[in-house]
Amino acid sequence: MKEIILKTESITKHFHDPVEFKVLDEISFEVYKGEFLTVIGKSGCGKSTLLYILSTMDTEFDGELFIDNQNISRWKQDKLAAIRNEKIGFVFQFHYLLGEFTCLKNVMIPALRLGKLPYDVIEEKAYQKLELLGLKDQALKPSSKLSGGQQQRVAIARALINDPLIIMGDEPTGNLDSMNTQNIFSIFKELTQEFGQTIIAVTHDQDFAKASDRTIEMQDGKIINQNYKFI
Amino acid sequence: MFVKKHPVNGEVAYTYIVSNKKLTMVAALGVTLGIAVFIFMNSMLAGFDKSSSEAFFKSIPHIRIYKDDEISKPIVNQSGKNIPVIVNPKVVPSNNTIVNPKQVIQLLKNQSDVVLVTPQLTVGIFYNNAKTQISGRAIGILPEEANQMFNMESYVVEGNVNNLKNNINGILLGSGVAAKMNVREGDNISITSSVGMTKVMKVIGVFQTNNSVVDKTTAYVNIAFAQQLMKKNSSYITDINVNIKDYNKAKAYAPELAQLTNYKAEDWESANETYMAATRMRAIIIRFVSISILLVAGFGIYNILNMTVMQKINDIAILKAIGFNGRDVIRIFVSQALIIGLIGIVFGVLFASIMVAVLQNYYVGGDIGYFPIYFKLSNFLKGIFFGFAVTFLAGFIPARKAANIDPVSIFRK
Ligand SMILES: Nc1ncnc2c1ncn2[C@@H]1O[C@H](COP(=O)(O)OP(=O)(O)OP(=O)(O)O)[C@@H](O)[C@H]1O
Ligand SMILES: [Mg+2]
Repeated sequence: MKEIILKTESITKHFHDPVEFKVLDEISFEVYKGEFLTVIGKSGCGKSTLLYILSTMDTEFDGELFIDNQNISRWKQDKLAAIRNEKIGFVFQFHYLLGEFTCLKNVMIPALRLGKLPYDVIEEKAYQKLELLGLKDQALKPSSKLSGGQQQRVAIARALINDPLIIMGDEPTGNLDSMNTQNIFSIFKELTQEFGQTIIAVTHDQDFAKASDRTIEMQDGKIINQNYKFI
Repeated sequence: MFVKKHPVNGEVAYTYIVSNKKLTMVAALGVTLGIAVFIFMNSMLAGFDKSSSEAFFKSIPHIRIYKDDEISKPIVNQSGKNIPVIVNPKVVPSNNTIVNPKQVIQLLKNQSDVVLVTPQLTVGIFYNNAKTQISGRAIGILPEEANQMFNMESYVVEGNVNNLKNNINGILLGSGVAAKMNVREGDNISITSSVGMTKVMKVIGVFQTNNSVVDKTTAYVNIAFAQQLMKKNSSYITDINVNIKDYNKAKAYAPELAQLTNYKAEDWESANETYMAATRMRAIIIRFVSISILLVAGFGIYNILNMTVMQKINDIAILKAIGFNGRDVIRIFVSQALIIGLIGIVFGVLFASIMVAVLQNYYVGGDIGYFPIYFKLSNFLKGIFFGFAVTFLAGFIPARKAANIDPVSIFRK
C-alpha cells in the first residue's frame, strides 16, 4: 500500500498581466512517500510555476493542494511558513544563499528557525550535510565567495537540514558537472530509499529523469503524461 | 525535551549590521546628534526656568495675599423690574489693610501645603541726599522669616541680615541705592515716607539681587519701623507672603487660599504674566526645534533601513521560502533599527552629558553668572525614550514592507 504524501486536485492558475494567460490547467496528480519524482517539459511550460505552488509559496491558484494529508489550499501565510520550515526543503532555480553568512550558517538557519535541536547539535548536523555534498572545507567561507555550482550544493545541504518530508528542486543540478550531478542523484536515491523522504525535481537532464522512479511530462500548462516512458 | 531556542532573527539582524558597518555608523551618528541636541536643548530650557524662578523668589513669594481694591456696585438693583440704573463705578475708598492679620496668618500656617507665612508692609519713600531726593520703597519685614523665605543671606553683599532684627532703626539697602547715596555699612541715611515722616536710619547692610530695578529702589526695614513710617499701629499690614511646598502648583493653589482668607491671593506666575508668557514661548520654540531635530534623525535611519530592505530583498525572499514568517522578518529589521538606535543613544547621552558638564562651568557673567543649564534626569529619560520611539518607528515601517514581500515574485525575476 503506497502512502500519498502530496496530492493536487485540478490546480489551475492564471496570469493577468500583461495579458490574461492560463499557465496551469487542471493539474491533478499524486506523489507517494519515498518516491523520487521528476518533472520535465519544454521551457516555459509552467514547471517552476507549479513547483512554487507545491512549495506553498504561491497561494494564488484554483484547486486543492494536500500535503501530508492536510488540505492546505486556503491556509494563512504564517501556517504555511511553518510547514515550509519543517516539512519542505526547497532548492531554487537561481537565487540560492544569504551572501553575508558563511556556508555553515546558511545550512543551519532553517534548523535554528525550527528550534527543535540545541545549537551545537544543529552545527554538527550542518557539517555532516556539507560533507555529504563535498563542501566541508568551504564551511566557514562566506557563501558569496563560492562558485555557482558550490552555491547550489550548499543550497541542497540547506534543503536537507530539517530532514523534510518532501524535497523540491527546480533544476537542482542545473549548474553542476556530471560527477556532482551523479553524487546528488545518489544522495537523493538514498534519502528516498533509506529514509522514506520524497523528492520532486524539475529537470532538463534526460539521464537524471530517466534514472528517477517516475517522470511527469508537462506541456503548455497541462500534464500530458503521468508516467513518461523514455525511448 | 526543552531546547533553548537560538535567537536566529537577532543573529540575522546582527550579521547585517556587522557586514554594513559604514551604513550602521552613519545611521547611528544621526541618532547620536539628534539625541544629544534634544537633551542639550531641554537641559538648557530647564536651566533657564530654574535660574529665572530662583531669581524671582529672591524678592517675591510663591503666593501674595492682599486686599484688592473694590469697585462700587449699584445700590439699587431690583431683579425682575427692568429699571435702568445709572451708575458710575469707582474704587471704594478704604484702606488696603488686612483686618486681624495675626488670625489670618495663623489660618494660613495651618494649611498642610503651606511652608512659610510672613507679613509684609511696603512703604513709598524718598532717600534724601543733600538737596536731591531719590524715590523708592521700603519693605517692612520680619527679618528672620523673610530671610527664610527669600534666602536673603545669599544676596547680601555687605553686612548681615540678622543685624536688622537687633536694630529697630536699621536699614538694608539695595546696591544701586547705596551707590547713589554714597553710603556703606555703618553710615547713616535719611528717608522720608509718603506720609511725610522723616527718619535717620543706620545702614546695616547692602544687598544685590542682580535685578537692577529692585537694587536701585528697594530697601528692607523692620516691619514695626515701616508701620511707624506710615504712622500706623502694629496691626497695620498690607501683604501676607506665603510659600508652599511646590512652587509649580502655586497657580492652582492660589484660589484656595483666596477662598480661605477672603482676600486676593496672587501666585507668582500671574504676578509676572508678561515674563511668564515669554518663558512659555521660549519653551514652545525649544521643544519644537528639539523634536524636529529628533525627527530629522529619524528620517535618516528610516532612509538607511529602507535602503537595506531594498538591498536585502533577495535574502528576505529566501528567508521566507525557508520558513520565516512575516513577524520574523519584522523582528529582524526592527532589531536592526533598535541596535542602531541603542548605539546612537549611548553616544548621544554621553555627548549631551559632556556638553552640559562643560557649559555648566562656563561663566557668562552679568546677571546670569554661570551658564544656566543643569542635569535633569527626566530630560535624559525623555531623550532616551524618544530616541527609541523614533528608531522603532523608523525601523518598523520598512520592516513591515519587507514582511509583505512575496518571495515568488522575487524568484521569478
Ligand atoms: N509573473 C508572470 N506574469 C506573467 N507571465 C508569467 C509570469 N511568470 C511566468 N510567466 C509565464 O508563465 C509561463 C511559465 O513559466 P515558468 O517559469 O513556470 O516556466 P518553466 O517551465 O519553469 O520554464 P524553464 O524551464 O525555462 O524554467 C511562461 O510562459 C512565462 O512567460
Ligand atoms: Mg523554471
